[in-house]
Amino acid sequence: MNGWRLKLLFFVILLVIWEGLARLRLWPAYVFPSPVDVVQSILSGFGDGSYSLAILTSMRRILIGYGLSLGVGIPLGLLLGRIRVVQDTIGTLVLGLQALPSICWLPLALLWFGLSETAILFVVVMGAVLSVTLSTADGVRNTPPLYIRAARTMGARQWHLYSGVILPAALPAILSGMKLGWSFAWRSLMAGELLYVSLGLGQLLTMGRELNDMSQVIATMLMIVAIGLVVDRLVFSPLERHARERWGLSVA
Amino acid sequence: MKLELRSISKTFHTRRGNTYALQEITAEVASGEFVCLLGPSGCGKSTLLNIVAGLERPDAGVVLIDDQPVTGPGRDRVMIFQEAALFPWLNVRDNVTFGLNVAGLPRSEQLAIADRYLERVGLRGFEKAYVYEISGGMKQRVALARALALDPLVLLMDEPFAALDAQTRDLLHTELQDIWLHSGKTIIFVTHNVREALVLGDRVLLMSARPGRIKREFCCQLARPRQIEDHALVDVAREVLADLREEVMAAKQEVGSERLAA
Repeated sequence: MNGWRLKLLFFVILLVIWEGLARLRLWPAYVFPSPVDVVQSILSGFGDGSYSLAILTSMRRILIGYGLSLGVGIPLGLLLGRIRVVQDTIGTLVLGLQALPSICWLPLALLWFGLSETAILFVVVMGAVLSVTLSTADGVRNTPPLYIRAARTMGARQWHLYSGVILPAALPAILSGMKLGWSFAWRSLMAGELLYVSLGLGQLLTMGRELNDMSQVIATMLMIVAIGLVVDRLVFSPLERHARERWGLSVA
Repeated sequence: MKLELRSISKTFHTRRGNTYALQEITAEVASGEFVCLLGPSGCGKSTLLNIVAGLERPDAGVVLIDDQPVTGPGRDRVMIFQEAALFPWLNVRDNVTFGLNVAGLPRSEQLAIADRYLERVGLRGFEKAYVYEISGGMKQRVALARALALDPLVLLMDEPFAALDAQTRDLLHTELQDIWLHSGKTIIFVTHNVREALVLGDRVLLMSARPGRIKREFCCQLARPRQIEDHALVDVAREVLADLREEVMAAKQEVGSERLAA
């Protein structure tokens, strides 16, 4: 409770300083808007539906792109974790590609897919899929051999061994990969939307810059932060905590 | 049911050379028998149990169940380990139904069987508990229920009580004898503890230090349920202990000479 109050106090003071600086009119409003301007921008943006549309567009892209990343990353990670040859070949490739910031795929994606939705989804997938794959592989490799032996002596093979033991045993690792993948996907999407414009929150940023509308730029930045935080706090953190506790990795 | 071990040998090849774990082990276990494998640590008794379970393959020899050779793990020979090896993502009841689910039984039947065996091991009311919520002794009871639920021909137990405190262990000794008397299961129980072997076993096979061979066989006909502090048992234990001590010394010497060689 104390920590919570401290945080609130800190942000209130920050807002007061911001408002105070803005009122001193040291810089023109299009360079340094006041918090009130930003709130007004948010209200009018939601009022005329342009912000809602941008959020919906970006959310739709991230859900599709992130979903694809999970669909590819988890099975691929499973193969990497269980089959030595795949690990030594594709695993090395995945590890190498991780050094490449995902936005660097955009030129390639534009040439392959043109100025299309597919190009931006491709960048999102390349941002998330590698970390999902590597974390899954890591979790699968670290499945306690005892679990596998116990399952085998109870007659489990193939399907039951993978779906009933190896995947659930790896779930805490898969969840941290998913969390990391989500934040990479979100960053990649924003970068992609900034560079290649077609609706979305990234475009709001670009438009704000082009119209010298700093209130819109800051309002959009705040929305991007808010969405990232909300998903992390409301989806991934509880899931991760629950899994870690259940799997006996840490006692809360 | 008849379980036969026919001249089983096993060698582990490591960078430092070969370790002869088992040499020409031959034994028979009759239906409903409670057999303990007793030996110094490192004598290969767990390896032997793994071979019966089908989790490891012998270099030579064969395990026969009703004259059929064992080729891999199967739910006719369920194993219980030193750590309970319960799945933490499942609650107690779902841990017990795991093997039944693999076997493809209808869910209602799985639940009925699970509840029956959980009741049998005294864990009624803990069906919904998760692994992190229960004690070590309770975990081993769940593991026992999980194995019994599959109604295996042979129950293989690899030092299942070694990590428990003495009181819990005594309690589980009594309960295991009771379960065995009522279920008529065949049990092979691995331990390095002489008294534990004598409390539980009809027959105790004493294994030698590496390479593991069956050195002697003791029949234990004391009345059940036995307790670890029974006077008659302590007397027999003294005799067995003398033999075991010889093997422990031999095992130590071998380790010593290995160190010199290395």
